[in-house]
Amino acid sequence: MTRKQRRFALIGTGLAVLALAAALVLSALKESIVFFNSPTDLVEKHIAPGTRIRLGGLVKPGSLMRGDNLLIRFEVTDGNRETPVVYQGIVPDLFREGQGVIAEGALDPQGTFRADTILAKHDEKYMPREVADALKKQGHWKDRQ
Amino acid sequence: MIAELGHYALILALGLALIQSCIPILGARTQDPALMSVAGPSALAQFGFVAVAFAALTTCYVISDFTVANVFENSHSAMPLLYKITSVWGNHEGSMLLWVLILSLFGALVARFGSNLPMTLRANVLAVQSWIATAFYLFILITSNPFLRLPQAPAEGRDLNPILQDIGLAIHPPFLYLGYVGFSITFSFAIAALLEGRIDAAWARWVRPWTLAAWVFLTLGIAMGSYWAYYELGWGGWWFWDPVENASFMPWLAGTALLHSAVVMEKRNALKVWTILLAILAFSLSLMGTFLVRSGVLTSVHAFANDPTRGVFILVILATFIGGALALYAWRAPMLKQGGLFAPISREGALIFNNLFLTTACATIFIGTLYPLALETLTGTKISVGAPFFNMTFVPLFIPLLVVVPFGPMLAWKRGDLLGVAQRLLGALAVAVIAIAVTFTIAGQGSLFAAFAIGLAFYVMVGALTDLAERTNLFREPATSSFTRARGLPRSVWGTALAHFGLGVALLGVVCETKWGEERIAAMKPGQTVSISGYDITFDGIVRLDGPNYQELRGKFTVRSGGVVFEIMEPSKRSFPSRETSTTEAALMTRKLSQVYISLGDPSSDGSIAVRIYHKPLVLLIWLGAVVMALGGALSFSDRRLRVGAPKPASAKTALQPAE
Repeated sequence: MTRKQRRFALIGTGLAVLALAAALVLSALKESIVFFNSPTDLVEKHIAPGTRIRLGGLVKPGSLMRGDNLLIRFEVTDGNRETPVVYQGIVPDLFREGQGVIAEGALDPQGTFRADTILAKHDEKYMPREVADALKKQGHWKDRQ
Repeated sequence: MIAELGHYALILALGLALIQSCIPILGARTQDPALMSVAGPSALAQFGFVAVAFAALTTCYVISDFTVANVFENSHSAMPLLYKITSVWGNHEGSMLLWVLILSLFGALVARFGSNLPMTLRANVLAVQSWIATAFYLFILITSNPFLRLPQAPAEGRDLNPILQDIGLAIHPPFLYLGYVGFSITFSFAIAALLEGRIDAAWARWVRPWTLAAWVFLTLGIAMGSYWAYYELGWGGWWFWDPVENASFMPWLAGTALLHSAVVMEKRNALKVWTILLAILAFSLSLMGTFLVRSGVLTSVHAFANDPTRGVFILVILATFIGGALALYAWRAPMLKQGGLFAPISREGALIFNNLFLTTACATIFIGTLYPLALETLTGTKISVGAPFFNMTFVPLFIPLLVVVPFGPMLAWKRGDLLGVAQRLLGALAVAVIAIAVTFTIAGQGSLFAAFAIGLAFYVMVGALTDLAERTNLFREPATSSFTRARGLPRSVWGTALAHFGLGVALLGVVCETKWGEERIAAMKPGQTVSISGYDITFDGIVRLDGPNYQELRGKFTVRSGGVVFEIMEPSKRSFPSRETSTTEAALMTRKLSQVYISLGDPSSDGSIAVRIYHKPLVLLIWLGAVVMALGGALSFSDRRLRVGAPKPASAKTALQPAE
């Protein structure tokens, strides 16, 4: 092979691998992107039951109920609307009423959000950025600096 | 006084860096040895001043000087001494100071051991290194000064974030930074080569040890971070595809590619232009990692601060260095001469294959990490790209790479014999087939993919050993002559085999943990027993204890197997009043390479407590594999050929400096 042919083969292989990667990326993105929504978004965007989403807001004070077998129920609020959430399992260290939370899962047909993941929060001051933005949008954000 | 001394030393370092940024390069242009020789002493002095600054901050922490804002924010007089010292880099300002300390250390090492480099190259490299240093000194002094005083001295500090109060923090950030910043040297070499418009095999001989050193530290740093997250966060996971993890993994992938392409360049004088590009990319990704973590665009345990000016400042540094380097590359790279010819089936070809897949895998992670940020900036839509994305893209791209790994070292340079190598790898293939069959028979239906992955792991491990066996003529000659051959092999051959073997080991651990790990989540009352993977774990009760700066809720669990008591496990939850926060301290029981993992959740009013119990088969292999890889790198690093100044074998003995 001449130098030119070799280079051509090399570039061809490279492009083939890149095309493969692009196909993988596109199909994976289609299947694994999860959109973030606040309780208000859930209503306004008419999110269908069964669609996997992230729900963020504050755990509404007074709404947390613990059941058997680590079952918990609480409401997520963005100050405008509330969504009931059901979760079974261990919640992160700083999950408590009045604090920010992100739950991942899907709505059931009755309008209850069935979460399979409650995202961990590491720091007392840390408010998930998405939650802060959602609260700002609803006009319920006070800078606590 | 001490804080001011540190501040002053840092300003002096900036002044030196400014001089070192211009004078040596001017000297290289005009061929003036006097100007060029400014670089060496200046680099050493820079390191000296930054070391003084770092020592000053450390002293402030050790004596708990809470008049310094940084110490007040992140320390507590009741903390153990070790954590007082590690808090120095457990916060944004201090960790940036560690960053420049390592940066100036590497500059000083080039100055100290680079006396046999061509004078202009040395001057240019040190000047470019100083550009980076200048940018980061300015960043620290303007936006993140750790030496600022408080107007009124508080009586007590606010304590270090409790999850960072751990021995893992003593090791993880310095190693990670040694890796990140180590790539700054290869970057400086690449830029210097582009400035000179000249590059030769001697250049690669210099660059490869730096890449290796950075890669070894980065490998250990990532592995350490992963193990720390595993036992400290209490979720039992060892890799989350979290953006911050990805930020360290991308430079690792690019660095691994660079390591391999530098071999081609050194041995065959080919792939020059590509190697230069990889050197630029590896450091660019390191800078981007710093940006992602430090700017606050990501919320995570690593994002200490959320100050937009810092983000903008780092973004400007990022844009200047990456943009400038790539522009210089586009302008100057075509001038570099073409290297040696080779057939597609050859060791060069295999290394190109390695580079292709590593960089592509790196690119998919790049997309998955930055796509949510880009989408939010452009459209305002908030999305998250989770682990499924990375598993779906990364795994298919890594499998072909792993298949080719054993071929690489066994193919000849220039033109290889694919069939011949495949024949020699039949043994490895046979072991793989047996591993697949055994796994499939034991684990049964539904484990086909896992069985193949285990087969692949064994194939990679045995393949690495096959290379050694071939080179020593093992079993074909008497053992003594094989032994003589083994002793004569260059250390880089052993290093390669060891690193590839470690890759297989890590893969084995990943597959076993992912496929056969078990998890039980339960609300347990004292006296209750949970069974997992043949262990009966009884909850005996809970006690409350007081630590130096926290209160602790400690559970006691007895682990039995077949009625025999194995071990008492004591996971705990700690709450830190000064931070109003709590941490989960998991308990681990190690049996061979597998672990039982218990972490506590919240107690409830009926006297029960939420408990997570995991059994993780062969999980230690994941980190052990990484350590073996790093050992391989270190062994290769100690190869005589890589010690600079190799052309003079007679004086090589005196030049054996460990730190190069």
